[in-house]
Amino acid sequence: MAVRIGIIAIQGDVEEHIRAMEKTLAERAGQGEVVKIRHRGIVSSCDAILIPGGESTTIGRLMEREGILSEIREAAGDEKPILGTCAGLVLLAKEGDEEVAKTGQPLLGLMDIRVKRNAFGRQRESFEVPLRLSIFEEPFHAVFIRAPFITHAADSVDVLATLNEHIVAAKQRNLMALSFHPELTEDRRIYHYFLDL
Amino acid sequence: MEIKIEDFRHGTELLKRGFASLQKGGVIMDVTSVEQARIAEDAGAIAVMALHAVPADIRKAGGVARMADPAVVSGILDAVTIPVMAKCRIGHFVEAKILESLGVDMVDESEVLTPVDTHHVDKREFTVPFVCGARNLGEALRRIEEGAAMIRTKGEAGTGDVKEAVRHIKLIMGEIRALKGKNEEELRDVAKELKVPFELVQETAELQRLPVVNFAAGGVATPADAALMMQLGADGVFVGSGVFKSETPDKMAAAIVEAVNNFDDAKKLAEISKGLGIPMKGIEVSTLREEELLQVRGW
Repeated sequence: MAVRIGIIAIQGDVEEHIRAMEKTLAERAGQGEVVKIRHRGIVSSCDAILIPGGESTTIGRLMEREGILSEIREAAGDEKPILGTCAGLVLLAKEGDEEVAKTGQPLLGLMDIRVKRNAFGRQRESFEVPLRLSIFEEPFHAVFIRAPFITHAADSVDVLATLNEHIVAAKQRNLMALSFHPELTEDRRIYHYFLDL
Repeated sequence: MEIKIEDFRHGTELLKRGFASLQKGGVIMDVTSVEQARIAEDAGAIAVMALHAVPADIRKAGGVARMADPAVVSGILDAVTIPVMAKCRIGHFVEAKILESLGVDMVDESEVLTPVDTHHVDKREFTVPFVCGARNLGEALRRIEEGAAMIRTKGEAGTGDVKEAVRHIKLIMGEIRALKGKNEEELRDVAKELKVPFELVQETAELQRLPVVNFAAGGVATPADAALMMQLGADGVFVGSGVFKSETPDKMAAAIVEAVNNFDDAKKLAEISKGLGIPMKGIEVSTLREEELLQVRGW
């Protein structure tokens, strides 16, 4: 069956996600396409949604102005898989920290998690690390750039990975959130896992 | 078990270029105070560039233009949650180190300030990523070779005249297109001519774009200017004096951000451009004397 993956293409490393997703689709020998979402009216035609990294304040504000936020909430209600990485993780959360409150950025509020933005520090504190994920046998080379983490997750949320006891990967039903950037490395296990959701 | 974050790998090429990549599709705004930084953040700027004066005022004031007062940079770092960048003079690696120690997320080694050396900063020595200006493919690749994680076309800063920005991005795009179909021998000739490693020329020829993110800068003053640069192939836009030298900076800032997201939709651009007041007055570049041009700085 052909799948149609929509990627929020307002800002951030959209092209990298598209390339990674297209390679993943090719590896599965299934039919599928990746479409960019910059305006309303496209989300409902997609089978899965990807929210990339970038600045969550910018992406959130423009998604609201363009009317995409409410469309994604509907898609989540229809049990469509949604993956949020970095800024996307922040946007999926129900609750933010004082930074999120200060900027008044809109959130999707879909996952029962509380997030902290720029939780590991500024760019000079950004890092790469081999990360253990509960869903994979081998560690995943994770790239954290001004990354957020999850400070609290409800019992209904599956924690997939932690770093110094901070949650950096989580899943709740059809929703998945990552602090790091799978699109910046060649390891596509996370994309395969996401397409299997 | 607690793992020390300090022991992880920091400042790698992947982290530097990854940071730059996350800026794509965004607008980076020059700001000189905490208030301006907040206006930029509220408007949806992807990052701010902390300066002591916007390029139009630097141009007017004359004299030696240097790194901003660290107190101003620190104030802005504390005030906003989006990335903060700051400018150092070309070749002034100590200013760059000071900015890095303050915690800025990216250093702009910029021709808007007065250069101190014909050698640019060795950017590989730093944990923070750098952005550098370029007028042509040779300058861009030489900066990338020195470690720049992001390029911005120079344009002519502080003029509000987008003409030079247009010329520079078209030139770079054209030079990249001209690499297509060249064989190894010919690419080696290009590398010699541009004084850059063959591998970098080869990579650019294959990718048919610069190997790092390429923003447009220098003269963007309206939403239409920003959309023009996006249509010409820029990955994003720097706005210097264009926001805070306009009549209503908050409206202009938000409109430029929206214009970048709707860069190929003329109807929406028309809506976005309505009622923004008077844009910065500006200076037509052709009226500037050769020694008044900032774009010729950098080698």
